Amino acid sequence: MRTLGAAYRFCLNIAAVGALALTLAACAASSGHVKPASSGPGIGKGFSHDPYPSTYKAYPGMPTLVRNVTIYDGEGGRIDGGEVLFADGKIVGIGHDIAAPAGATVIDGTGKWITPGIIDIHSHLGDYPSPSIRALSDGNEATDPVTPEVWAEHSVWPQDPGFGRALTNGGVTTLQILPGSANLFGGRSVVLKNVYARTVQGMKFPGAPYGLKMACGENPKRVYGSRNREPSTRMGNIAVDRITWAKAVEYKRKWDKYEKNGGAIPDRNIAMDTLRGVLAGEILVHNHCYRADEMANVIDMSKEFGYHVTAFHHAVEAYKIPDLLKVNGVCAAVWADWYGFKMESYDGIAENLALLQKAGVCAMIHSDDENGIQRLNQEVAKALAAGRRAGIEISDAVAWEWLSFNPAKSLGIADRTGSLKPGKMADVVLWNGNPLSVYTRPEKVWIDGALLYDATNPKLRPVSDFELGLPGSGDVK
Amino acid sequence: MKPVQLALPVALLLTALIAAPVEAQTVAIVGGTVAIGDGSQPITDGTVVFRDGRIVAAGTGVAVPAGATVVDAHGKWVAAGMVAGFTNLGLVDAEGIEESNDVNAKSSVFAAAIDIAPAINPNAVAIANERAGGITRALVSPATAGSIFAGQGAVIDLGHDADPITRARAFQFVELGEGGGRDAGGSRPAAYAMLHDALAEAEDFRRSPSTFGGREKASLLKRGDAKALLAVLDGTVPLLVHVERASDIRSVIALIRTYPKLKLVLVGASEGWMVAKDIAAAHVPVIAAALADLPAQFESLAATESNVGRLTQAGVPVAISTVGANTAPGEHVLKQYAGNLVAITKVPGSTGLNWGQAFATISSLPARALGMDGEIGSLRPGRRADVVLWDGDPLELSSAPVAIYIDGQPQPMRSRQTELRDRYSKPTEGSLPKAYDR
Repeated sequence: MRTLGAAYRFCLNIAAVGALALTLAACAASSGHVKPASSGPGIGKGFSHDPYPSTYKAYPGMPTLVRNVTIYDGEGGRIDGGEVLFADGKIVGIGHDIAAPAGATVIDGTGKWITPGIIDIHSHLGDYPSPSIRALSDGNEATDPVTPEVWAEHSVWPQDPGFGRALTNGGVTTLQILPGSANLFGGRSVVLKNVYARTVQGMKFPGAPYGLKMACGENPKRVYGSRNREPSTRMGNIAVDRITWAKAVEYKRKWDKYEKNGGAIPDRNIAMDTLRGVLAGEILVHNHCYRADEMANVIDMSKEFGYHVTAFHHAVEAYKIPDLLKVNGVCAAVWADWYGFKMESYDGIAENLALLQKAGVCAMIHSDDENGIQRLNQEVAKALAAGRRAGIEISDAVAWEWLSFNPAKSLGIADRTGSLKPGKMADVVLWNGNPLSVYTRPEKVWIDGALLYDATNPKLRPVSDFELGLPGSGDVK
Repeated sequence: MKPVQLALPVALLLTALIAAPVEAQTVAIVGGTVAIGDGSQPITDGTVVFRDGRIVAAGTGVAVPAGATVVDAHGKWVAAGMVAGFTNLGLVDAEGIEESNDVNAKSSVFAAAIDIAPAINPNAVAIANERAGGITRALVSPATAGSIFAGQGAVIDLGHDADPITRARAFQFVELGEGGGRDAGGSRPAAYAMLHDALAEAEDFRRSPSTFGGREKASLLKRGDAKALLAVLDGTVPLLVHVERASDIRSVIALIRTYPKLKLVLVGASEGWMVAKDIAAAHVPVIAAALADLPAQFESLAATESNVGRLTQAGVPVAISTVGANTAPGEHVLKQYAGNLVAITKVPGSTGLNWGQAFATISSLPARALGMDGEIGSLRPGRRADVVLWDGDPLELSSAPVAIYIDGQPQPMRSRQTELRDRYSKPTEGSLPKAYDR
């Protein structure tokens, strides 16, 4: 039962359920890194593309060597009795017989596992924070079905206690915050390192591409249909999408012409800046879409207007069209076993992830939930087990790609995080057992090599401003 | 392929059992690890015997009766069926499908009188799906809308038959706290005014039914509401109260002084650990929000995953539920929640449960909250034979049921979800469209 004494939240969640991630290079490519332009749409004659730049700086860490540990490298590799060394915020080495540099912290990992930090491609932490009161309900600009001008980062409350829970219970080191799904064009996403800061700029993942949240299906048609305005149907959804993309193509044409040939400066349109960024490949489309037939419609629409869908989120029926997703290089971000809470989720099955993997589709887990984000490793374990019972053999180490590498690729940051490869950010979780067991919890979490959670040290447990001095402050949660 | 090989003999066995006259059937499940569900630790190499729909014996040293159908459970676990602590199973086809949703009634003139039992649909898709996840019984509740009283919930079984009701009118459900304040018109004090006035009117009805009225358009309490509330006042129907905040819990417990026969049960109770001694002293059971650890509302600022463990240590009988969690209709996740309560025993500073305690929170303790643990929720002798054969530790994420009995009856192991899975095991169309593939 999803609600009780929380009807208001339920309404929000229904509206929030659904976003869609899109990476330019998509999951088919080995690296999804997309360089955001530093200015202009395009060639540098225009305005800044990064007017709210990241001020995130890695916290200091100790050179650290974990020994005698089972390792999932995040790209399908497994090392038993292995070693991981990181220093100066980066992974230095992974394998066997790695020497500890002088002064390094050495941890015996016997009986424990080490993995890349978990990446949640679909979160509303900060824009639907806890407590879920009206004063903090900032995730859906539900005043028009087309709002690509809004940016999720301008809603994020950096004091959301949910960030700390995702870190300490979930081992989440990076997450994408999306606008909700009330609108067809919901606005821009932001990718955050899961490190508390005073400002959202202090959490922004340096250089991560922006995303555009789009939504299919029942939420937009319900929200606007109930106000007796377009869209009130699925055909209305696509119609408004197409009208908007047609405008965006025209806007892009004017700006491209100006930047190439000069002349009169075109009018600036903040909403269209975002869509031009999508058409130019700078901004990745994350599309909330449940049903197979609707995903097919969106893929055709993306071809009509010349953009690419990086990922369908909440892709409950992705298992019905893995061929279509694969040939178009579109990823699917899904839940393990959520189903049946509304019509478009009626056909959810727990084998979805495994069936996608079997077909060679770029697949990943996501939460869309402040509780679920604390147990994404467990969600993968359930999906993996369901797949195995259906006769689909996938190793534990490969399944970890659903938790880190594939989300990193879909966010365009896989060259920097998402796996334990030398030179990448030291975003690392040490688990106190097999992380695909229900009996396991994170023991230590490092972000950029800084130890930001240690279960054995009560001082290494974040308490957000909001919780400071409240009942239960500083308690284990 | 290993799981398929394991499942096949079980499927054949079930076919045989369904074909046999089940009334006099004695079944002995031997060699498995037995989880009784009463809080005790699992027993290795145990035996479970049931006959005529009831448990005869479970444990070690249990003899296999002559003529019994013997099921070999070596390498498997045999556990009490899970009891979902607080759900809407059978009351909706999907929450978001308004036309199918019978959970609450915004415009009804009735509140406490509402009785969900006749509305339960045993053919709802979620029933078979969740049964396949090991849920055999559920406490099903209406929700409130326009009154603090939601109406009368039921205990159901998830069996593949036409009669889902284990006990109709098994409890009355009430919202207090923030939700109750909303329902009553905007404040907690208004909710208490509504509660006290309704109970007073019920007493009026008891004293003089002929002059009570309750049929007028303007009457605040209909006659059916009054009857339902008298059963609550007399303690024959438990009163489940949803509250989260410590101070709200204290106020609810204090109701016993005014209404001494009330059989109270707390639902939610995220801040219960702060008043654990008071709850224990009042002998009030709790159906908790399992893993709630966020200040989801101002009434649950002190929520922690250690809530259930601390309440249990204080002597409160605690069941867990999916209340407040975004999983609908996924009651099968209860085992995952219980497993997490074991997991935190390894986290310094956290208070969790041992395995037997954790399994009891999803089997006998939900039954106990309603005084029904003599009937359902465990493998103790005399209980209804709700038995699940698992391919491993039931609380572990990788485990799944391989055979399910409800009231001793073997249950089908297929659901709409397995139909969809099998249809799309090869996603592309063949010589005919997918619609012909079944």
